Amino acid sequence: MSSPQRPLSPHLQIYRWQLTSVMSILHRITGVALAVGTLLLVYWLVATAAGPAAFATAHEFIGSILGRLLLFGWTVALFYHLANGIRHLLWDAGRGFELRTAYASGWTVVIVTAALSLIAWIAAYASRGGGM
Amino acid sequence: MSGGDRSFRTELGRVRGLGAAKEGVHHWWMQRVSAIGLLPLVLWFVIALIDHTAADYAATRAWLASPLTFGLMVLLIGATFYHAQLGLQVVIEDYIHGEGGKIALVLLTKLASLVLALAAVVALLVIAFGH
Repeated sequence: MSSPQRPLSPHLQIYRWQLTSVMSILHRITGVALAVGTLLLVYWLVATAAGPAAFATAHEFIGSILGRLLLFGWTVALFYHLANGIRHLLWDAGRGFELRTAYASGWTVVIVTAALSLIAWIAAYASRGGGM
Repeated sequence: MSGGDRSFRTELGRVRGLGAAKEGVHHWWMQRVSAIGLLPLVLWFVIALIDHTAADYAATRAWLASPLTFGLMVLLIGATFYHAQLGLQVVIEDYIHGEGGKIALVLLTKLASLVLALAAVVALLVIAFGH
């Protein structure tokens, strides 16, 4: 621990990124983001309990551009963490450690995340009855 | 049995399998258990939210106040914050190296998770049984 001159591993400037390691850190980042995102969920519940005025204020914020961006980010993070979490559970069960399988399951998670996020938002807009 | 003369671990310690942290794989295991519990709860919540995007104040309260929604929401809140504080603890322990800061931050996230979970459950109780 007493040699500060040694290069860091991984050496970030010349490091060649791989899908597997990027997805690994993304699992943590989305996990932390979802934990922070619970603030919005709790705020929405408390506002709904507080009464019509607080509910209207909450929905004004959630319906704004910033609110929708946050909600869209939350959707993507949620589906990513959910799908990649299943991948982690399979690893915990001792399955899917071969390099080919790890990459195949990785790309599957990426595609499932994109597909579920799109489906959720299309369904949400359809549920609102076409209006913005 | 194994380890022979070179192992400093006692027979009892090996049988208990609790390690230096005194809780064995409990943290790791509960993170997986709560993850599996969250799978159906989260999918239900997203679908239900999509179904209620057009709901006004009265309709939203009526939906949240129904016994099934109330029960599932309490389970979702409990599992979410339990899973979140377990996960945040691992992240903090991996990246914060000062012992004091690490312990303070872990305790802070656990306290915040508890307070947020309680706030959400109180809100749900008010919606279900209040005015």
